[in-house]
Amino acid sequence: MIRRPLDNRKFVITSVVLFFTLLYCGRLVYMQLLTDKYEVKARNSGRKVKVDIPPRGFIFDRNEKPLVINDIAYDLVVIPREAKNPDSIALCRILGIDLEGYSRRMRKARIYSPRKESVFEKQLSSETYARLQEILHYRLPGFDIVKNPVRKYPRKIAAHLLGYTGEVNQQKADKDPYYRQGDYIGISGIEASYEKSLRGNKGTRIVVVDRFNKEKGSFKEGKYDTIGIPGNGLYCSLDADLQEYGELLMSNKKGSVVAIEPSTGEILAMVSSPSYDPNLFVGRARSKNYPKLIQDTVNVPLFNRALMASYPPGSIFKLIDALVAQQEGVLQTSTHYPCAGGYPPMGGKPKCHRHPGVDLYGAIQYSCNSYFSYVFRSIVDKNEFRKFEDGYENWRRHILSFGVGRHLDTDLPHELIGNVPSVKYYNKVFGKNHWRSNTIVSLGIGQAELGILPVQMANVMCIIANRGYYYIPHVIKRIQNDTINQSKWKEKHHCTVDSIYFIPVIDGMQKVVESGTAAASKLSDIVICGKTGTAQNPHGKDHAVFVCFAPRDNPKIAMAVVVENCGFGGTWAAPIASLMIEKYLKGKVARTDMEKRMVEADLINNKNIVAEPQH
Amino acid sequence: MSRSRNTDNIFENVDWLVIILYLLLIFVGWAQIYSAAWYEAKPTIFDFHREYGKQFIWITTSMVLGFLILILEPGFWTIFSYGIYVFFLFLNLIVPFLGTKVKGSHSWFRVGEFGIQPAEFMKFATNLALAKFLSNANLQVDKIETRVTAIFRNYRNTFIALGFIVLPLVVIKVLQDETGLAIVFAAFILSMYREGLTVSLIIIGAVLGLLFIISLAAFRGEWQTWPLQASILSLGLIYFMMMKRKFNRVMLLILFLSVASSIVKFGPKVYDHIPDHQRKRMDVFLYFAFGVGNVNLDKEAFNVDQSMTTIGCGGLTGTGFLEGAQTKSGLVPEQKTDFIFCTIGEEWGFLGAIVIIILQVGLILKLIFMAERQRSDFSRVYGYGVASVLFFHFLVNIGMTLGLIPVIGIPLPFISYGGSSLWSFTILVFIFIKLDANRFAILR
Repeated sequence: MIRRPLDNRKFVITSVVLFFTLLYCGRLVYMQLLTDKYEVKARNSGRKVKVDIPPRGFIFDRNEKPLVINDIAYDLVVIPREAKNPDSIALCRILGIDLEGYSRRMRKARIYSPRKESVFEKQLSSETYARLQEILHYRLPGFDIVKNPVRKYPRKIAAHLLGYTGEVNQQKADKDPYYRQGDYIGISGIEASYEKSLRGNKGTRIVVVDRFNKEKGSFKEGKYDTIGIPGNGLYCSLDADLQEYGELLMSNKKGSVVAIEPSTGEILAMVSSPSYDPNLFVGRARSKNYPKLIQDTVNVPLFNRALMASYPPGSIFKLIDALVAQQEGVLQTSTHYPCAGGYPPMGGKPKCHRHPGVDLYGAIQYSCNSYFSYVFRSIVDKNEFRKFEDGYENWRRHILSFGVGRHLDTDLPHELIGNVPSVKYYNKVFGKNHWRSNTIVSLGIGQAELGILPVQMANVMCIIANRGYYYIPHVIKRIQNDTINQSKWKEKHHCTVDSIYFIPVIDGMQKVVESGTAAASKLSDIVICGKTGTAQNPHGKDHAVFVCFAPRDNPKIAMAVVVENCGFGGTWAAPIASLMIEKYLKGKVARTDMEKRMVEADLINNKNIVAEPQH
Repeated sequence: MSRSRNTDNIFENVDWLVIILYLLLIFVGWAQIYSAAWYEAKPTIFDFHREYGKQFIWITTSMVLGFLILILEPGFWTIFSYGIYVFFLFLNLIVPFLGTKVKGSHSWFRVGEFGIQPAEFMKFATNLALAKFLSNANLQVDKIETRVTAIFRNYRNTFIALGFIVLPLVVIKVLQDETGLAIVFAAFILSMYREGLTVSLIIIGAVLGLLFIISLAAFRGEWQTWPLQASILSLGLIYFMMMKRKFNRVMLLILFLSVASSIVKFGPKVYDHIPDHQRKRMDVFLYFAFGVGNVNLDKEAFNVDQSMTTIGCGGLTGTGFLEGAQTKSGLVPEQKTDFIFCTIGEEWGFLGAIVIIILQVGLILKLIFMAERQRSDFSRVYGYGVASVLFFHFLVNIGMTLGLIPVIGIPLPFISYGGSSLWSFTILVFIFIKLDANRFAILR
């Protein structure tokens, strides 16, 4: 190869490269091997990221009485890697555990993560907390105590409605980056529906710690910290006194009470009985009590009947029939139909009880089965429909407009739909063209496949009270420091029946309570319009149903009461509704013997049942 | 004439040592990105929402790119070198107007979750054009021994050669406001030096720069620096005495002395008037490199302070993979990209850092060695260009994490997270591997 004059430059370049390489290596020798100033600095300005979980928002009732507040719980946590020679004997003595329990907990924490904090012992008593605090920093390296706000319920009511909080599950934590494992989240009821408002916003603090892991203050004066924003207080529409009274009346009975303010759609009370004390679900107690409650298959206390139990509505459904028939022009108030202890065209089925010959008012007052069988068939078989199926579909359209058999879309989770069977369903059961209005005539009196939720029954009462429309039932009233979109709750939903047709039905309902099937429940100075019903129960004794609203003019409350397995609606369901109306509208209850009889009756074990006094 | 032409084996004459060094560096880098970007909820290294998953895609595509380059005839690069240069210069011109703004920078084209920086590709394009120009037959003079020296004897040629690097530098700095990406083009001074760039220019530049920095350090630290300044000045004088042509010597000497004295005299005063953020960067550099002046460790010096603390915590063997407390605290800035060397220093300690330095410098020296064995001028110039760019990145990136160089955001080759830079380095290196495989042929 020819040597060229520039070839020496390669040595210059190589020298430059090697010079800087050696310079850098020398610098590394100094920084990493010779001086420990960086390690000292890092250790003394060690940092820990602390997550500030803000207090969850309180929940108040409509009169600003607290329903859910916060309490503080102390948890002992450990970072296994940093727990070097802790005084385990002292720790065991304070916690009251043995060394075996100690190593089991440590093992569990280490499996979760050697580097991250995990809970060693949950919910320490304040006394244990105080004793631990003394030795924490110098005898228990790697251990720390964190404060956790937990929920507290000053009144043990409305467990289903309020819902509960619990640790977020893995799926949710994966999907929503806000949550990390171990965070609390609303799981049911209002806690779940308004999670975002109630939880607030987490903050993170970076704190400087020394080599003993002792906090020395905030890092860079909080430059990188974000402030936790406390959850907003939530005012729900519930009336705590009414709710408490409803739960008292429903004690030892299975069933549900829903009370709604018709002029707003606000839920005043929602009782599902048997219920449970919401305090059972707080913190550590939850893991103990939850299985106990969920395994109670007889009373099913966790099941929110108001939103999830679908009952055949029984006679109360006749009100809707009467409204729809008038709208369709196939029924006048003066229309008479024969009743001979049953529906004559079908050989006396469905059966009826004894009562005088009736027009529409009387038919509602005495709840005549025969009358409404005629009414139902006259709607479905109306001449204008060439096909029978179209007539049925038209009837079904009317029924659905009453918020029945479809999702009401309330602001509570786990609300079901109920059931108003479709043409498709009957075609499947009976075969196409193999069913007629007489096949399904018991729909007209609220039996057969029909399924309506208590909340839907109360909503139907709102429609009648309002003469033709409802607001979607909801529990939210307002949220502190936050404007919620109220438009959904302010929107009127009209049913397909014009308001003039409501008057005869309301008249009939007034008579039901004045001198009809619920006469025992009338109030001297408040006009209650109601309707009793008996929901057929193929598994046992029928369920008693009573729906009503009061007062007749300018109604303040609409209610549905379902008491399971106790037969006729007038005996058990109507007095409960009547007492609650008295409580709500007058503030106190004068009819103490009726109250006593209702409270004491144990319809689950059939004890303390006092017969209704005869008039 | 060429052995490789006669065979179908594309790996014939390929230098495997380079490829092994390349692979070692990218896989060490990938592991370190995993550690730096590690997120407990997404622990799998193939999670494409995290940097480590994306880097896997970049690594795979880089290998495909490298393979394609090995298949391609090397003549392609000589024929199209100017065309490639113009094409990428054009892309760099339009990216501020048609690209996406990312973190205030106008240098990105964005496709879904992935971004491409055309400025990164300007490096190999410039290197190709420079190699083509410096090896151009038209510049040839009579005596082969002096040919290359002669290129830079001609002022016109010197200006054109410098123009090739100044053009992208200005476009990227001014239009895209990317100081780090722009300043890299200064690296080609080194390859031009090898080809005969007049050494006076470099030495004068270096002496003046050194004077400036020392004056600043003196100014900040209130040193008595006249002995230092005097010795540097006299070194410059000795150099001029050694020059051959008398006329030039006197003229340049006068020029040098006047500029040097004005730097010593006015440098620090001018310094106070340069834009704030640039002066602060310089202050931080002076503070950590010379221990002079005052900086706020929580503000402008935060990055470097954190970076040095993190490296300093490593000790001899480091804290272990994924165990770096500083790294995991998330306060080391840009630790997946520009400051990745910190996490290496902390988690693998002194030994790990030295291994990385050896791998990097080993690759650079290997490339220089390979460049020297080329018969074709084009290949040699190109090879030196690759070595120069890699060296510049190494010098600035590691220097800044050690507090020895002002903070300039450029990646550590093959190791830092980033698709464009990995692609760019892969193309740079693999073109040279291919040229080297073909070294027995003369390319023009």
